[in-house]
Amino acid sequence: MNSLRKILSLIAIFVFLSGTVVLANEPVSAEKSKEINVKELILEHLADSYTWHITKIGETDIAIPLPVIVYSQTSGWHVFLSSAFHESAEYDGLSIAAEGKYKGKIVEKDAQGNEVRPFDISITKVVFSLLFNSLLLIIIIMGVARSYKKDTFESKKGFVGFMEMFIMNINDDVIKPCIGKDYRRFAPYLLTVFFFVFINNLMGLIPIFPGGANVTGNIAITFVLALCTFVIVNIFGTKEYFKEIFWPDVPLWLKVPIPLMPAIELVGVFTKPFALMIRLFANILAGHSIVLGLTCLVFVTVSLGQAMNTSMTVVSVIFTVFINLVELLVAYIQAYVFTMLSAVFIGLARVEPHHTKEVKE
Amino acid sequence: MLLTILLQAAAGAAGLAKLGAGLGAGLAAIGAGLGIGRIGGSAMDGIARQPEAGSDIRMSMIIAAALVEGAALFAIVVCGFIL
Repeated sequence: MNSLRKILSLIAIFVFLSGTVVLANEPVSAEKSKEINVKELILEHLADSYTWHITKIGETDIAIPLPVIVYSQTSGWHVFLSSAFHESAEYDGLSIAAEGKYKGKIVEKDAQGNEVRPFDISITKVVFSLLFNSLLLIIIIMGVARSYKKDTFESKKGFVGFMEMFIMNINDDVIKPCIGKDYRRFAPYLLTVFFFVFINNLMGLIPIFPGGANVTGNIAITFVLALCTFVIVNIFGTKEYFKEIFWPDVPLWLKVPIPLMPAIELVGVFTKPFALMIRLFANILAGHSIVLGLTCLVFVTVSLGQAMNTSMTVVSVIFTVFINLVELLVAYIQAYVFTMLSAVFIGLARVEPHHTKEVKE
Repeated sequence: MLLTILLQAAAGAAGLAKLGAGLGAGLAAIGAGLGIGRIGGSAMDGIARQPEAGSDIRMSMIIAAALVEGAALFAIVVCGFIL
């Protein structure tokens, strides 16, 4: 009976994971065949947008219109739901640019007739997902904290024990070794970064609302995360850290006429957070692109006939399930690597002066 | 003769950029595969020599693989911008 239960649970997990792809394959009649532009479809899912498009049943779109909050230099504040752009292409002098530099974003025409961007703080899909995931994270972490405050020395079970595994793993194996003795000062920031990146990566993999927004695959978000690490590393860096950048312990000819080593060290101060930004952004974006591409495989082969389409659907389902599992691993690994490298940079910046031993004659 | 070939090549310059971007992305993927393959191989050797250190070696392997993949993804992001 034990092996039967295992087999049944494996089948249930497989069906759940493949549900996303199988639901995509509706029977297509000859007159509905439209050319699917795979590149446009994928880019549209990866980019930000002013409405949250969920699905299209028959001919009606099911989409959640999100608020548009815009301040224009000429006409002041505009606050409205983006469903206004469904009825007419232009609303109150604002419109969504169809192509060009500001494609997909709200623009208005200034006095000369050029397209210009107003000050845009709309709740777009990524912003809404960011706020939602942050609220979810706060609820989870505050719940865990309250459980510890109530019963500090009791061994935790269930979800709190599960969270304890993650927290202790990051605290003991990453933060403590990398930073050293004053790790408790930086542990809040590093743990927050880990759980923020982890929960946003995971929610990006869930295909249905409220998950499925490409948050950590957006370079603005990873830029801000890397900027936070950069600020913390350089504000809490000791004097020895800055001395080692601008006057390192190297032979004089590398420093004096042309400051070669100081220039290299200064570039290093900027490239390390830059690499953090690009690494997280590219990994998550590539993962989402692969999943979307494999799902589009089903639609692209529709025109090749029923048999080809069915076999390609089976292949697509298997590959998509596999890639989704890989993306779960990547979600954890990228959060772990971001946190570990931030901890390493902070630890390197908190360096104490080395005392060279004097050789006594 | 040579001039006509050069003129044709110059006219198709936009296509050349896409060719370069595609080639670059492919080479970056090969680089990532080679690098991570070597890391995995060394990790296997280490675990075979000392199975007790298995979990330490596994964690180090994953971290090193993530860093190498970061370098390869730099190239892929740049090629993506060109395309």
